[in-house]
Amino acid sequence: MINSSLKQFGQMLAKKEISSVEMTQTFLNRIQQYNPSINAFITLDADKTLAQAKLADARIAAGTAAPLTGIPIAQKDIFCAKGWRTTCGSKMLETFKAPYDAHVISQFDAEGAVNLGKTNMDEFAMGSSNETSFFGGVKNPWDFDRVPGGSSGGSAAAVAARLCAAATGTDTGGSIRQPASLCGFTGLKPTYGLVSRYGMIAFASSLDQAGPMAKSAEDCALMLDVMAGFDERDSTSLNRPKELYTRDLNMALKGLRIGLPREYFSEGLDANVAKVIEAAIAEYKKLGAEIVDISLPNSQLSIPVYYVLAPAEASSNLSRYDGVRYGHRAAQYDDLMDMYMKSRAEGFGAEVKRRILIGTYVLSAGYYDAYYLKAQQIRRLIADDFVQAFKKCDIIMGPTAPSTAFKAGEKADDPVAMYLQDVYTIATNLAGLPGMSIPAGFSNGLPVGLQIMGNYFDEARMLGVAHAYQQVTDWHQKAPEGIL
Amino acid sequence: MEWEVVIGLETHTQLQTKTKIFSGASTAFGAEPNTQADVVSTALPGVLPVLNREAVNCAIKFGLAINAEIAPRSVFARKNYFYPDLPKGYQISQYELPIVGKGKLTIQVGDKEKIINITRAHLEEDAGKSSHDLKSGGAVEGMSGIDLNRAGTPLLEIVTEPDMRSAAEAVAYAKKLHELVQWIDICDGNMQEGSFRCDVNVSVRPKGSEKLGTRREIKNLNSFKFMTQAIEYETRWQIETLEDGGKIQQATVLFNPDTGETKSMRSKEEANDYRYFPDPDLLPLEVTEADKARVQATMPELPEAMKARFEAEYGLSRYDAALMTQSTAHAKYFEQTAKISNQPKLAANFLSGEIAALLNADNIDISNCPIPPENLAAVIGLVANQKISNKTAKDILPNLWKVVSGNFILSTYEGMLLHLTQMGAVQINDASAIEAIIDGVLAANQAMAEEFKAGKEKAFNALVGQAMKASKGKANPAQVNEILKKKLSS
Repeated sequence: MINSSLKQFGQMLAKKEISSVEMTQTFLNRIQQYNPSINAFITLDADKTLAQAKLADARIAAGTAAPLTGIPIAQKDIFCAKGWRTTCGSKMLETFKAPYDAHVISQFDAEGAVNLGKTNMDEFAMGSSNETSFFGGVKNPWDFDRVPGGSSGGSAAAVAARLCAAATGTDTGGSIRQPASLCGFTGLKPTYGLVSRYGMIAFASSLDQAGPMAKSAEDCALMLDVMAGFDERDSTSLNRPKELYTRDLNMALKGLRIGLPREYFSEGLDANVAKVIEAAIAEYKKLGAEIVDISLPNSQLSIPVYYVLAPAEASSNLSRYDGVRYGHRAAQYDDLMDMYMKSRAEGFGAEVKRRILIGTYVLSAGYYDAYYLKAQQIRRLIADDFVQAFKKCDIIMGPTAPSTAFKAGEKADDPVAMYLQDVYTIATNLAGLPGMSIPAGFSNGLPVGLQIMGNYFDEARMLGVAHAYQQVTDWHQKAPEGIL
Repeated sequence: MEWEVVIGLETHTQLQTKTKIFSGASTAFGAEPNTQADVVSTALPGVLPVLNREAVNCAIKFGLAINAEIAPRSVFARKNYFYPDLPKGYQISQYELPIVGKGKLTIQVGDKEKIINITRAHLEEDAGKSSHDLKSGGAVEGMSGIDLNRAGTPLLEIVTEPDMRSAAEAVAYAKKLHELVQWIDICDGNMQEGSFRCDVNVSVRPKGSEKLGTRREIKNLNSFKFMTQAIEYETRWQIETLEDGGKIQQATVLFNPDTGETKSMRSKEEANDYRYFPDPDLLPLEVTEADKARVQATMPELPEAMKARFEAEYGLSRYDAALMTQSTAHAKYFEQTAKISNQPKLAANFLSGEIAALLNADNIDISNCPIPPENLAAVIGLVANQKISNKTAKDILPNLWKVVSGNFILSTYEGMLLHLTQMGAVQINDASAIEAIIDGVLAANQAMAEEFKAGKEKAFNALVGQAMKASKGKANPAQVNEILKKKLSS
């Protein structure tokens, strides 16, 4: 059962082959069995979860079920959920209980989905290995010595180890797609503004975007149907008609122009990963797609630009964690300044501090023009690259990450090596474009993800492109052995 | 050496919106601490600002009222600093691109008019309030309390050029601005509650010099009296410092009303680097021509236009017209009184004389004047028709002050006439009645009459005095003169 698609879970519930309470309990049992070793969840609350499942069963019995009613979904611990501890992976919020629901949470609640628990993540979503979490690292279910990627590492491990039917994630520079690649499942970062950021704890406001993490493109489409939509509580939420993201799942790929950016296949890319990606492209050719050579000349600037802009926004976004109203406050302090300094020194981990320092520096008087403003200008150039590219092609493909999952601790002391994990994903965040990662094969027994990038609001087509591939391959159905 | 003081003002006006600038929490003053602090006001993790369009409309209205450019696109920025009553660790304000650009305000100092240039006006959110003395508040001694009810209240910060050259000019500007923001109904003007707060930049330079001196900023003045005292003290202090060979350091200073002195809070070296950058949670603010037209349609007649109209329509002097347009309440009261009585000049005289004095004595605003315009118009009508003298009218106003409110009878000319007749206040204009009084006076004072006839002019005045006394002051003095003269010469 645990390998089922969301559609199959829904059918089982509709046919009363299983109740939501039973289905939820199955996953809770699996979590109980595997979470102590994998550490995918930070907070579990079986009472709350099962109460939701009971409500869902009543709704199913009443015949008013929606597609995801009764299905247990894991929520990244970046989303505030009323009555749930919401930590964002930080000691700063170790005891913070959210008094309100994020838009994403209330969307799933309205759908009747079951909140299975809050998943582990890099602290304040800053990291690519889940190693910066105050609540400890997360094991990659394919190899417990390796990281699941990050920052949505807990959701990634939970999906890969079948500890949930599907999960939510957020992606500021690759935090959905890179773990999807490293853990072998399908993850989608939508167009910026498609999913409301209300109640989603901010890292870098102009880049953060929530999206689904699930086994297949079809599952992601069903999840996105719930998550997307205008919300007046987020001024950057886009007010456009609601779409059905499953609508193009069965589209034909004949004539589809797939652009391959030269820059994504050059040095830095692991040779075995490159082979997997090339094989996937070959599969698309067989499906009738045309391959177009394109260039994203400014994409090499993505990482430096990102590591100016994201820390700048983060340094300001994280100022509210001052120990005054909620969150960690030092036990002893001499005066106000001492309280601020001790509380923040104790509450934040090293990577968060590093980014606050970088961000504070690039916004400082005298450096603003040279760093922040310059980075904003280059951000525009990077977005323009995509505008030019999409004149030549409909979809862009390439690797999601330069390598497969690396060993825990391997890059922990080398921030720049860690930052390079997102070399292929960051540009779409800077441009606000949608991107996804789908399983495309293995290298030395570890999953490799193919990245699919689309034009603004082209999620339905991207999902169709991914679905077509998943109809002729079974990479997305592979699960790590030993935990099933 | 002769010195010149140079002054510029930054004024924070709280905008009269029902809810906060970036959230739906109430802005009402005086609620229990933190009862109007919603998830946005307390800056919980994950919350986002949503701009209140009403605050934008207030800013547009102000811009239109001072003939300023309204930016078609302005940008909200974050001003980053730590303070316990600043919940996000940054204030959302406008920095490089404010909503209101250059405008002008005309002030009057004595009989001189002067144009003050306004540099800009921008929207921002207010901070909360810190209380450091909580002994009585139930909190633990030695702790500070934070009230976030005010956090997020919309402010329009209005900045002038350094155009003012005296405390009097600065106060005239502040008063004029205070009047205008209330006139166009964007701010309640309550200075005690902090709805209108002024920061004053003061510098001095040798008279004739073009170069600006180093300025010090006096923060948060919340009364015009303190503003005058603070500027005068600061000016003296700066001149003395320079004359003693000292230098002025750029600094922020606070005025202490108890000592009448200003004192430095922090110098420029200690100033924060606010790390302004555009707020990524808010889109640039767009204002269209249609938005402006909609706001323009709600604009009342502005003071300058009304002043000109009062001169033309009611024949008021420029001085009286200015007095009658010092606030919307004044203008409304004046126009009603003038129209009902059809005596605009008398209405202006009474309003700027007796009524103003009485309001002042009781510390009442004209909008709460115990004598409504109808009643004052009735009194003025009686003066115009010589039913009562000007002096009588002035004498009876304090009485009416106490009895008039709510008395419908007294709101009509006839009712007021009846009332004053019964009170014996109505002037005696009846010639035969006055003749009878004079006959009585002459009969009782034959000696005096003989003295007059013998050439003692002073006796005439004494007789007039006796006649007025006999009539309890109600006889028409002109008629008394006339009739007495006739009697004595016959």
